[in-house]
Amino acid sequence: MRKFTLLDGLVMPLDRANVDTDAIIPKQFLKSIKRSGFGPNAFDEWRYLDHGEPGMDNSTRPLNKDFVLNQPRYQGAQVLLARENFGCGSSREHAPWALEDYGFRVIIAPSYADIFFNNCFKNGLLPIRLDAEKVDALFKAVEANVGFKLKVDLEQQTITAPDGTSYKFEVDAFRKHCLLNGLDDIGLTLQHVDEIKAFEAKHRAAQPWLFA
Amino acid sequence: MSAKTLYDKLWDSHVVRQDADGTALIYIDRQLVHEVTSPQAFEGLKLAQRKPWRVASMLAVPDHNVPTANRAAGITDPIARLQVETLDANCAEFGLTEFKMNDIRQGIVHVIGPEQGATLPGMTVVCGDSHTSTHGAFAALAHGIGTSEVEHVMATQCLVAKKSKAMQVKVEGVLGKGVTAKDIALAVIGKIGTAGGTGFAIEFAGSAIRALSMEGRMTLCNMAIEAGARAGMVAADETTIAYCQGRPFSPQGENWEKAEAYWRTLHSDEGAKFDALVEVDAAQIKPQVTWGTSPEMVVAVDGRVPDPASAPDAVKRADWERALAYMGLQANTPINEIQIDKVFIGSCTNGRIEDMRAAAAVAKGKKVAANVKLAMVVPGSGLVKAQAEQEGLDKILIAAGFEWRDPGCSMCLAMNDDRLSPGERCAATSNRNFEGRQGQGGRTHLVSPEMAAAAAIAGHFVDVSN
Ligand code: SF4
Repeated sequence: MRKFTLLDGLVMPLDRANVDTDAIIPKQFLKSIKRSGFGPNAFDEWRYLDHGEPGMDNSTRPLNKDFVLNQPRYQGAQVLLARENFGCGSSREHAPWALEDYGFRVIIAPSYADIFFNNCFKNGLLPIRLDAEKVDALFKAVEANVGFKLKVDLEQQTITAPDGTSYKFEVDAFRKHCLLNGLDDIGLTLQHVDEIKAFEAKHRAAQPWLFA
Repeated sequence: MSAKTLYDKLWDSHVVRQDADGTALIYIDRQLVHEVTSPQAFEGLKLAQRKPWRVASMLAVPDHNVPTANRAAGITDPIARLQVETLDANCAEFGLTEFKMNDIRQGIVHVIGPEQGATLPGMTVVCGDSHTSTHGAFAALAHGIGTSEVEHVMATQCLVAKKSKAMQVKVEGVLGKGVTAKDIALAVIGKIGTAGGTGFAIEFAGSAIRALSMEGRMTLCNMAIEAGARAGMVAADETTIAYCQGRPFSPQGENWEKAEAYWRTLHSDEGAKFDALVEVDAAQIKPQVTWGTSPEMVVAVDGRVPDPASAPDAVKRADWERALAYMGLQANTPINEIQIDKVFIGSCTNGRIEDMRAAAAVAKGKKVAANVKLAMVVPGSGLVKAQAEQEGLDKILIAAGFEWRDPGCSMCLAMNDDRLSPGERCAATSNRNFEGRQGQGGRTHLVSPEMAAAAAIAGHFVDVSN
């Protein structure tokens, strides 16, 4: 997994609540058996005017100029600013894959759906929870200032705006450690092989039918 | 020892280790696998030269991409076909039990797990699919996971997790005529919102829940994720135990007796503390119909499409306006005046035998309305289909003008050919009415099987409780 430490990134606002994972990456792209290449189809239905299917040449498709992702001022954005319950719906990890592949490294929203939130950390993507009022203030700041960037420091757990306003954010210690060091969960868990085996033996004795 | 919730019991009995900050390794008893969220996990195993920890704990089935008509011809979409073939190849290579597309036991992963007895009380169950919450109906701890976690569970038999908070949703009383588990689910979501259960494991309790069949409990737990809760659950009782007996993967003989005794302990203790409590009066629930693009946008069938002017805040108002525009609806329209174009009865929410029976009972001797272009019934599994045919339900439905299909996810998410065209309006028994869920531009109204069948006959929504 790619490490995340520090970022000074352009912010793109996505001003709607309950953005679901099918909006982030529509189902037809889930037929892929790969992990990469989903970026050009991130937000496909909002982003293009035609219907997207896997295998299309996305560079020739008609763009929805009104969709924020297509506005010139947000090209190259790495921070996605969103509203409540971001990433709800299907558990597809293709959603964080698509966001990461597009170029986002940080998401800031008042709340997330649990499974999506979890999936982000496995893919070098940092989802930050911030109070709704603070998120609202950021929406206003982004809209008012072309080229608005935020500095995100995972070690310090801070977000800093160009005018110096700084917000502290919470992050789970274990996830922070994994993200800072780009650690693979499976490798870490397998350090506890003996404990897993011991548990399994005990569990088998208590509920033998689970192992029949 | 202090009183424990069912969730406490399930959690405590699966903790392998726990760090000071609460991050735990949880042992997983069952992993269900399907074609969409597993290929990258198998590939990860291969790249790291890892083997599955306990291959017998896994059960695989293709469901999302399979065609529901003319299956003998195979899958025509080459990309979908490759995905199903990849599942077949991975299962063969790693030694997983798989019910292939043409196996009678094939079906939607959340239908076949319980049907086979592969989901049992007291288990931890995971699957790379958010509706894994369904299996909580068996007093199991069950939730959806992402593909990285699918790989993690395959390799280590464990999941890295933190304990959620516990919410009790208590539904007391008796449901009215024509009111189902689906209506309880939608009414609860309407009450607490789609993020109301975020961070919680929900236990559904109360006399109305105890009175539900296992299938009804599955419908309810299935929708827990639509309330934001990764896991939903119901305590084990006689209904649970009777359902589990004699299924292919269920314990037998001496093991059955031991299991049964243990399962009887799987309920919240008297006086157990929940972090949140939601109370619902069963008698007050009417048949529900969603009007918008989120399951929380729901009203009773005798209600009206709400007016955004009455939304509680600005973000919601904008949401409602956008939803009405997408759905092509005017504020204040009576729900029972909304005309529909298509009907979909099926999915992991309502694709079981009782759902088929409910639809057939409504459709018997009637005809699908002329304005309804397509009314399809998609059984949740090959065995559900066979059972329904044995009972003659297929004949009733076909005579009424419904299409009777092969099992799979079908128009629940429209990954295969079953989908809505832009602007088409559908009464669906599935679980999500998001924009584009059933096809780009498609408009979905979530309802119970009874309500969907009745809408097919009338051509618009009608109140089945009348
Ligand atoms: S029926 Fe629908 S919700 Fe259920 S597993 Fe299939 S796609 Fe997901």
